[in-house]
Amino acid sequence: MINYFKEIFAGLWTLLVGLKLTARYAVAPTVTCHYPYQTLPITPNFRGHTDLVIDPETASDKCIVCMMCENTCPSQCIEVIGEKPEGSKKKVLTAYRLDFTKCSLCGNCVEVCPTSALEYSGDYQLAGYSRHEFHFELLERLRGRVKAQGIVPRPKPAPPEGGAEAEAKPRKVRPKAEEAPAASLEPKGEEAPKAEAKPGE
Amino acid sequence: MTEALPPEILRIAVSVAVVVIFAFANAAIMVLVERKVCGHIQRRPGPFEVGPHGLLQTAVDGLKLMGKQILVPRGADGKLFRLAPVLSFVPPIAALIVVPFSSRLQVRDLDIGVLFILFLAALNVLAILVAGWSSNNKYSLFGSIRAVAQSVAYEIPLLICLVTIVLWVGSFRMGDIVQMQQGSWLWVIPNWFVFTPMGFVAFLIYFITGMAETNRAPFDLPEAESELTAGFHTEYAGMGFGLFFLGEYTNMVLVCAVATTLFLGGWGAPAFLEVTSTGVLANAYQLGWFLLKTYGLLVVMIWIRWTFPRVRFDQLLNFCWKILIPISLANLAVTALWLKTPFAG
Ligand code: SF4
Ligand code: SF4
Repeated sequence: MINYFKEIFAGLWTLLVGLKLTARYAVAPTVTCHYPYQTLPITPNFRGHTDLVIDPETASDKCIVCMMCENTCPSQCIEVIGEKPEGSKKKVLTAYRLDFTKCSLCGNCVEVCPTSALEYSGDYQLAGYSRHEFHFELLERLRGRVKAQGIVPRPKPAPPEGGAEAEAKPRKVRPKAEEAPAASLEPKGEEAPKAEAKPGE
Repeated sequence: MTEALPPEILRIAVSVAVVVIFAFANAAIMVLVERKVCGHIQRRPGPFEVGPHGLLQTAVDGLKLMGKQILVPRGADGKLFRLAPVLSFVPPIAALIVVPFSSRLQVRDLDIGVLFILFLAALNVLAILVAGWSSNNKYSLFGSIRAVAQSVAYEIPLLICLVTIVLWVGSFRMGDIVQMQQGSWLWVIPNWFVFTPMGFVAFLIYFITGMAETNRAPFDLPEAESELTAGFHTEYAGMGFGLFFLGEYTNMVLVCAVATTLFLGGWGAPAFLEVTSTGVLANAYQLGWFLLKTYGLLVVMIWIRWTFPRVRFDQLLNFCWKILIPISLANLAVTALWLKTPFAG
């Protein structure tokens, strides 16, 4: 009999404790973000679809049309198209097609790019009426961003060594080549990180 | 025009219109309050887009519901299916007729007021049964079976609690019950039944069973959405669903209004704030107190809903048969004995 009442009072008490808790939260400030009007900063690690990096010197892409990304992509959703203009030694990117409907965001293309020409965009607000809207032309997007942000080419003053034409693309290779010409025989992937440390000194 | 109509009929027409408008306005306000309270308990603002702080949200929702087609599922009993929503919202609105909103603001002070309300409140379960049966849907049927089992169990303590008060007052008339609770004890504590030990226990049990009667969480088994999608109103779309909602909120306000009338002194203000005049202003003042108490109870109901998880079905019935009914019966016996002692009023 005593237990019967004990149980009832204990139960009633726990109910009151619960009510007190929710009452406290009811008057506490809200913690949500009013999404379309407010947005949270996205972390730098966020993987949106890939995008071409804007080279501040040329206000264009950094791509050297080496096809590494296209070849490494496990989903085969990249198509790099470049051409060699008259009188130039290097290929120039004319189109970079990304089929985002197939992309698994594995990041292989970003990792493999020798010139760091690719990055993840922070774009999380993707919506469309058909999947064809997610066949991106990244070069066009890059031009659009350049235009929208009003970026103008800011060429670096030519380095004293000369002959470098201040191009960013061979940057990683050059210091190494000057110090130890034989090193150019080494595979590129190993060489790049070593070389990268040098210009920073 | 007024000469042609007997004043009594005119009075009834006007009061019915007022009661219906009150029911609709109450549902509109309560839905918003419910969503706001729920939101803030979960630390989000609730509806926020339509109107300042989402104040017009229910109006827009209502329009949306009205614009929708009412579908009758294949194999359903069409007539009953259409009848059920009406059956669910007419009785609670009709029951508002005997609720004394202030000393003069009462459509009819029937001398069987409490019985009238009980009778109409019991019709609610019939509406749920009809809805579940006619939908030709297993979830609906389960929902209504649960509702019936629940109602049969919970109506007993509900009735006993009300009888406790009726025994005390000696009248079924709502007006008499409120009148009995006027004045105060030692000029501090109002003479409300909730401030007496027996009255308090009866109030507590009445409030719990009232929540079960209106199928509110934690007793919302008839529409437990995680098990039965929406229970008895799974198949209802558009205004059919809207009417069930309207019925539920009117039922809630009815339960709280009855609690206010029977236990919280009705329209009476606490002694030190009492006014003795009987003019229009005094009535408005009383109405204010009545609505304050009723809506206070409604907010507590919402608060409870968003605090506690749903009970299991065996817990639900055990709680009623093993705790609520014995205690309310004991309470009734104690009250009866006390009324026989010379101390009783
Ligand atoms: S992230 Fe992976 S799947 Fe997507 S384009 Fe790059 S390599 Fe292909
Ligand atoms: S790996 Fe980099 S440089 Fe090579 S084609 Fe792809 S984006 Fe261009």
